[in-house]
Amino acid sequence: MSASSTEETYQSLHEEAKKKVDAKENKTQILVGTATCGVSAGALKIKEDFEREISDKGLDVEVVEVGCIGHCYAEPLAVIAKPGHPAICYGYLDDGLVHRLVEDFLDGDDPSYEYALAALERNDVFPTFEDFPRGVYEQKLILENCGFIDVRDIDSYIARDGYKALSKALGKDSSAVLEEIKAANLRGRGGAGFPAGLKWEACIKGDHDEKYVICNADEGDPGAFMDRSILESDPHLVIEGMILCAYAIGARKGYLYIRAEYPRAVGHVQEAIDQAREKRLLGESIMDTDFSFDLEIFQGSGAFVCGEATALVNSMEGNMGMPESRPPRLASQGFRGKPTVLNNVKTFAYVPYIINRGSDWFKEIGTKDNPGTAVFSLVGKVNNTGLVEVPMGTTLRELVFDVGDGLRENKEFKAVQIGGPSGGCLPESALDVPIDFDSLHEAGAIMGSGGLVVLDENDCMVSVSRYFLEFTQHESCGKCTFCRLGTRHMLDILDGITRGEGDAETLELLKELAEDVRDGSLCNLGKTAPNPVLTTLEYFMDEYKAHLEEGRCPAGVCRDLILYYIEPPKCSKLCNVCVGSCPTEAIFTRDDGLKEIDQEKCVKCDNCLKACPPEYDAIVKLSPPVLPPEKEKTAK
Amino acid sequence: MQLMKGEKEQILSCVDEVLSNSTKEKEELIPILQKVQARLGYLPALAMEKIADGTNVPAADVYGLATFYNQFRLNPPGEHEVKVCLGTACYMVGGDITLESFERRMEIKEGETTSDRRYSLERVACVGCCTMAPVVVVDDEVEGKVTPTRVDGIMLELEGKSNNTDANDSSKVDQDTESKDDSDREEGEQK
Repeated sequence: MSASSTEETYQSLHEEAKKKVDAKENKTQILVGTATCGVSAGALKIKEDFEREISDKGLDVEVVEVGCIGHCYAEPLAVIAKPGHPAICYGYLDDGLVHRLVEDFLDGDDPSYEYALAALERNDVFPTFEDFPRGVYEQKLILENCGFIDVRDIDSYIARDGYKALSKALGKDSSAVLEEIKAANLRGRGGAGFPAGLKWEACIKGDHDEKYVICNADEGDPGAFMDRSILESDPHLVIEGMILCAYAIGARKGYLYIRAEYPRAVGHVQEAIDQAREKRLLGESIMDTDFSFDLEIFQGSGAFVCGEATALVNSMEGNMGMPESRPPRLASQGFRGKPTVLNNVKTFAYVPYIINRGSDWFKEIGTKDNPGTAVFSLVGKVNNTGLVEVPMGTTLRELVFDVGDGLRENKEFKAVQIGGPSGGCLPESALDVPIDFDSLHEAGAIMGSGGLVVLDENDCMVSVSRYFLEFTQHESCGKCTFCRLGTRHMLDILDGITRGEGDAETLELLKELAEDVRDGSLCNLGKTAPNPVLTTLEYFMDEYKAHLEEGRCPAGVCRDLILYYIEPPKCSKLCNVCVGSCPTEAIFTRDDGLKEIDQEKCVKCDNCLKACPPEYDAIVKLSPPVLPPEKEKTAK
Repeated sequence: MQLMKGEKEQILSCVDEVLSNSTKEKEELIPILQKVQARLGYLPALAMEKIADGTNVPAADVYGLATFYNQFRLNPPGEHEVKVCLGTACYMVGGDITLESFERRMEIKEGETTSDRRYSLERVACVGCCTMAPVVVVDDEVEGKVTPTRVDGIMLELEGKSNNTDANDSSKVDQDTESKDDSDREEGEQK
């Protein structure tokens, strides 16, 4: 196939799409962010509100569903693009604000800047996202289109040069794609950072006619949502990346393994596949060349271990998702025993950009050994939670304090938990670690899939590591003894520590077990499961010791080591809120009018502490759980 | 969990329908289970046995799959489904305390359904709106920043909804069919 003809085919596709999109952009458009994060916050209702208000007023405005713009803290979000004004993003929407915007801005001409978050293009009136600290550090690459293209319309993607990389690649020999990816040193974004080019090359060498491309979208890490957001916001980007990979390795069939818990992502991707087929970008003889490739969705049923390559393939074959020892690697013997390339969503998403702009451009971003960007879902106790993309090599400090805008309520920073259940907790002293695969590994954590949780002074590190271990323990497939029983035993020990049971030897044993589980497990679930425990033991030993030696939980989280107490001088006597809030009727009114908690009945549900009006603030948590002596006196 | 009146027929026809639309190969097992669950809301033991028969896979393997993956549930969903998020962000701000409050109010454990099938309680990992943590999903509506004190309010709202529909709610546990089911199955096995 000659280069000119695929490019001609693409030109006509592009022009058609551009015409359609331009016609839309000449009108006023409202882009409502309806990825799962937005929908949870009520974006679909906001969209209905907009549509109703607009039709009431008889305005000619189009309301479009887009994906996630990344500023999840301000959901529900909408962007209003009205000709004559810069496109402006509004956050924290509710029906009142929608009414106001339609009346003042759409019907009238006042952009209501007091409610705007930021403008999206440079102008003389209002700052853009780039003018905030977050914008300085952020560099959007694979998230570039997220939140700006109509997820349900392929033309919206094509108009932004979508599928151009494919037309370019199809005009050349398939080895050119591989060479470009290898030259770009693209490292797999699933967590381990294995160079994608090498993986593909090994698969090409695999001696077989039938080959498969699989996209791993089995994002099981609780608290990470990057892959989901990309699939919901820009599904064609991933599809194009997969087609390019298939072309490079010579596969005719591919699968997207998406968690069934992500119904929106499944729906959007299916729609995208259908539309791509219609435009002959997928299916038989793509773009009139002799290259054919088709995609199908496989819905994963929710098992964390299926993120592991061999387990994922096993589950696609109708078995329990248990990992197997490698080699043979998937590249030589994968799905149905055929050579298979399995990459993460984000890895595929980089491919079209690299083909379009070249490996040299890609290598200029990030660091020498870790080119490109890193995508994180930033959650926890930071002000600006959301989906962020920064160049590799940005430090954790910049990510937490500049991009995330510091901690909520000015609490004191304690740790970042990076990499989910397989990652580790890094303290203040490790904040200057640059974010890349190698540096994080050295610090004891891993890049992981990109979940980043910020913890503050109110979080107990023992409880945090217990939480993650409980998760991996539950998700252990049971194949290796060390993982199956070792994590169980570790969990028992940690449970004991949260109750203050154990001594110095307990910690020794815990560490020893952790190391054994790490060394004695087959797959990375088991190998990395002890990471949260090992890192907290290393960096937060004093907290473990406080639990064991003093029976005290410094953060007041471990419920066996705290008790709730009403401070008599602060209690108002006239208010009964705490009594009403208690589910077990543990709070009663004493003869002198003060309230008191019957410790026998108290289940430590936290209700009274939340219910006590802030002007009194009379209820405190005490740790260690010992009542103050003066109280005992008055009780008698 | 006891079967309701007419449920057995419903299960059998559903499994038949799903099986007839599939190639019955082993690779199809998970999609079959997903489709059956999508129609029935859960995987009753009877359905798993039928699927095992239809696909020629030992029933133990089908049960193994259903328990290995988190998506599959063996208990029927309640009339009102409450899902408490215990993703990292929600756990950090006390989602577990909220879950416990629900368990206390409904008198069941997470993953279970009340015997009158009015409520079911589940823990889920990450609904996707970590900024609103702790999050509870009540009948597919997401409610953010749920404090333990809000639990009573949610339950009262649900009770209000249930009472309105009580008048035309005639579904009662069908004791007869249930016991007959068991004997049917035993007979079948003996044959």
